[in-house]
Order: sequence, then C-alpha cells, then structure tokens
Amino acid sequence: MRGRFRLARGSGFTLDVDFTAPAAGVTGVFGPSGSGKTTLLRCVAGLERAPAGLLEVGGEVWQDEANGVFLPPHRRRLGYVFQEAGLFQHLSVRRNLEYGWRRTAIGERRVRFDEAVDWLGLAALLPRAPGALSGGERQRVAVARALLTSPRLLLLDEPLAALDAAAREEILPYLERLHARLEIPVLYVSHAAAELQRLADHLLLLAAGRVRAAGPLAEVSTRLDLLPWGPEAELGVVIEARVVAHDDRFDLTYLDFAGGQLSLPRHAAAVGSRQRVRVLARDVSLALERPERTSVLNVFPARIVEIAEIAEIGGAGASGGPGAAGDRGSLAPSAAASQPLIKLDAGGAALLAQITRKSLAGLELRPGLSVYAVVKGVALLL
Amino acid sequence: MSGADLDPLWLTLRLAGVTTPLLLAVGTPLAWWLSRTGSRLRFPVEAVVALPLVLPPTVLGFYLLLLLGPRGGLGAVWPALGLESPVFSFSGLVIGSLLYSLPFVVQPLQGAFESVGRLPLEVAATLRAGPLDRFATIAVPLARRGFLAAATLGFAHTLGEFGVVLMIGGNIPGRTRVLSIAIYDHVERLEYAQAHQIALGMLLFSFATLWGVYALNVRRPRP
Repeated sequence: MRGRFRLARGSGFTLDVDFTAPAAGVTGVFGPSGSGKTTLLRCVAGLERAPAGLLEVGGEVWQDEANGVFLPPHRRRLGYVFQEAGLFQHLSVRRNLEYGWRRTAIGERRVRFDEAVDWLGLAALLPRAPGALSGGERQRVAVARALLTSPRLLLLDEPLAALDAAAREEILPYLERLHARLEIPVLYVSHAAAELQRLADHLLLLAAGRVRAAGPLAEVSTRLDLLPWGPEAELGVVIEARVVAHDDRFDLTYLDFAGGQLSLPRHAAAVGSRQRVRVLARDVSLALERPERTSVLNVFPARIVEIAEIAEIGGAGASGGPGAAGDRGSLAPSAAASQPLIKLDAGGAALLAQITRKSLAGLELRPGLSVYAVVKGVALLL
Repeated sequence: MSGADLDPLWLTLRLAGVTTPLLLAVGTPLAWWLSRTGSRLRFPVEAVVALPLVLPPTVLGFYLLLLLGPRGGLGAVWPALGLESPVFSFSGLVIGSLLYSLPFVVQPLQGAFESVGRLPLEVAATLRAGPLDRFATIAVPLARRGFLAAATLGFAHTLGEFGVVLMIGGNIPGRTRVLSIAIYDHVERLEYAQAHQIALGMLLFSFATLWGVYALNVRRPRP
C-alpha cells in the first residue's frame, strides 16, 4: 500500500506524510502523542479527507483527489479497531460481530464467522451485552468484528492503550497469533515501543506530523540517530530466531539467529517455531578476545558498526560506572548524563551495547573493530 | 363530563395525534443536522427552534395569522391548491402546533443524538454501513429514549397549547375549540365545576407524563 496525505489542522498541526507499507505483515506506526499517528489512520480509513490525498491499497485506488476519487469509509474494504472498542451498546456480542459480516458480500467473505470467534476466544461471550464485558474482552470483540468484514487492510489504533497491564497481556497473544495468520497489511498505531517490538515487522516513525524514518523493524529500531525513542522505551534490539532444541539436562532452550546460537532458560516454544528475542543494550558487554572460562553462555563474534552518545533517560543508567556517576543523589535525570551506545553487526543481526566511557577509551573501540558481544540477558518475547 | 366537553376532548386528542408524528418527521432530520453540523447556520437555526419557549404564544399566533390569512404571504397558496384556508380550521391548528411544540421535540432528540457520539457511527462506517444504514441501525436505536421523550413531550405540549390556537383557530365548537379554550370558556361563564373537570384532568395527565419522562432519565428541553 502507498499513501500521501497533507492535512492542516486549525491548531497549527499539519500532517504531511508520504509512505509505503508492505503488502503483508504489521507496520508499526510509532511516535509521541500529537505526532499525527491517529490522524494518519483516519485519513487512510477515509474518516478524514485530506484535500490532495492519494491512497492505493493492494492495487485498488481508494483516494486520488487529483482525479476526483474518494471512496467513503464504508466503501473501503478495511477493518478499523479504535482505541475505545466502540461496541454497539444496543446489540449483543453476536449481533456486534454480525454487523459488518452481514454487510460483506458473500463472495467477498474470506473469514468464517466461527473462525473469527475461535481465533479471539469469544464463543462464551456471544450472548452477552457489551456492558458486561471486561476491557480486554471488548477489544477482542472489536478485533473479531473488524476481521469479519474480510478486510484488505487492518487498522489498529492503539488497541491496548485503554487497557491495564493485565488485560494487555491477555490480548497480546491473540494479536500475535493473528499476525501469523493474516495475509493482509496491518497498520498498528502505538506509542509503546515494547508492543511494537513484539508485533511489528516494519516501522513508520512519525514526529510532528512527518515521517521521520521507515523500514524493517530491525533496521529502524537500531538506528542510533533515532534513539532514544521515549522515556518508557528501553534501549535494545529484537532478534528473529528459530527454536532448534530443548536441553532437558540443563533446562535450556537453544535458538538459532543470524549471529549464532542463543541459549535461554527453557521455554515451552515448539522446536522449529520462529520467535522474537529481546536483548537489552545494558545486558550486552564487549570483549576484545573471546572470553574463556566464563559463566556467560551467549557470546558472539561481532563487528562495531557505529558508536554514538545517547542521553540517559530516567534512572536507567543508575548502575553506570564512574563516567555516569554525576547525578546519583537525585532522581531527576540530568541533561548532561550520556553513555556510549555501540551498534554491532553479529553475522547480519544488529545488537546494541551500552558501555561506559571509560571502557570505550580503555579498549580503544572504534567502528570496524572486531569484538565479542557478551550477552548476559536474553528474553523471549511471548 | 358533559357532551359539550367531549367535542373539545376529541378534537384535542386528534390534534395531538396528528401533530406528534409530523413533529417527529420534521424534528428528527432537523435534530440530526443540528447534532452533527459544523455550519455557521447552526446557532441561528437553534435560536429559531427555541423561540416558542420564550415568545408569548400570541406573538407566534399573530404572525401565523398574518402569514396564512387571505392577504398574507402564503394566503394565496391554499386556494391555488384547492385547499381550505388554514385560518380558523383544523389544519391551521396543526401548523401552529407544529411550530409551537417544535423545541419540545428537537431538543431531546438533538441531545440524544449528541450523546450517541461520533465513535459508534464511525465504527459502523468502517463496518460497511452507508449513511442511511448507520442512521437507522445505530443512531436511532441508541437515541431511542430521546425519541420516546420527544414524542411524549410533543404530544403533551400540543394538548396544552392555548395562545397560538386561539389566534389562528379561534374558538369554533367542534372545529377549533380545544380543551384549553374550553376551560377558558367555562371560567368566563363562571362554570367552575366544569372548568375543574378539564383542568384537573390535564394537570394530572401532564404530571404523569413529565414523571414518566424524568424517570427515563433523558435530557429535557432547556427552557
């Protein structure tokens, strides 16, 4: 899909974006509040009309104002899940689900009713009234309702933002399973980096109504010039890996990734399955020689790609060495505090390492140098 | 109740029965438009709709009489259509009641439509429902209490009008003499017992109606 929108708002905000998104997979739309994420989604859905807009989805032109084309929302084959579920209060869960399904021509239906109910675990909720559902249940109904129109494009506008942490954890696995099943493009708006690290394949970074960066998750999320993403986003990378074996003796699970084999505390994931693994920058240290006789299992040869100074956020660097010790007495982040962040290439996979300035100087680290990445913590994102 | 008072009762019920559906037919699109529009015309239109709440009914009735009368702006329309002039006739009462009771229908409907909000209608649009479909299947059911309040208030208010009816309809027994005018007649003739019968009946009916509307817990007209 490809779109171009320019829309001026009275408050001085202007959305001015030109973007493409792959034909399948989740494109995470990320940016701070007020960066235009929701406005972009509303333009795509036709709920806002950008005067010179252009939008093409899967070969169909939905909007081309230069040629007088503007399909109203009900003629665009899309599914839209709003931040507030927006269930119809006067209809039961079943009737809510049927609303869009009945309005989708039989020949166009590619999702069976029972299938959507099953995917989102709604069988027991069908006779209920929307008012009797929890926040997470409401949002699951909203997702199934949108899927039942067999959309060519799925738009998710911060579907988890209105939920508490427990409800978020309840619904994320459903979304992850959908991700594997859907063969349509998904635009997923969020201001939570952790959510997108789990779900997105591509990223579209917005700031002040403009596209700041776009591309595959692994590429955009490790661009040092774009970091840090926000106060709640921990510095780190997400790696695609495949489960190769479980080790009963030591209770470990082994996963292959581009840079080698990872050892993790044993996990139930099936052998052969693809998983996402998160490695935080502060859990990666560097060694110039392969460390022998170490307790750390995950050591990978790598090459230094880039070195940058990243301002510390909040108290994240409280355990830093002497170079970062300036502000220990107060909780307020110091604007001057910053730590070197190193981008590594381990056999094609990017890793980030956060080290002290003293180590940077002592080891004479520089781009191009071959090192060993010593990974002390790896977490499976599931 | 004497036979002479059954005529006005019947006439009054007929008037309210004819006026209420017409009020809903006119008031629903008007209230829908007012609840959604960003047009600059919104405020003048709202003011016009609310005028009967503050104007003496005789003012409204007076201008209607001038407008609809034989020499008024619309006076020539009726004979041209082969219709009886609305002045001093039942159709005149209906026209007067429509204008006079309009705020009692538009305001609860507008409030109900506004409280439906934008979200359910936008959701319906993304679920392939066109504008009329959304209105019929989402807006109307979600605003149903507003419709009930509007119909009840429109009906009750039409029952009780006096000034407009007197100005445009006069006081013709069996034609334009409604209950409120019958009370006035009885009092003029010092027939307090008969006046009481009608007045108390209307008082109790109005009280019960308003009780019901308040119990529905919907927005009422802002007088």
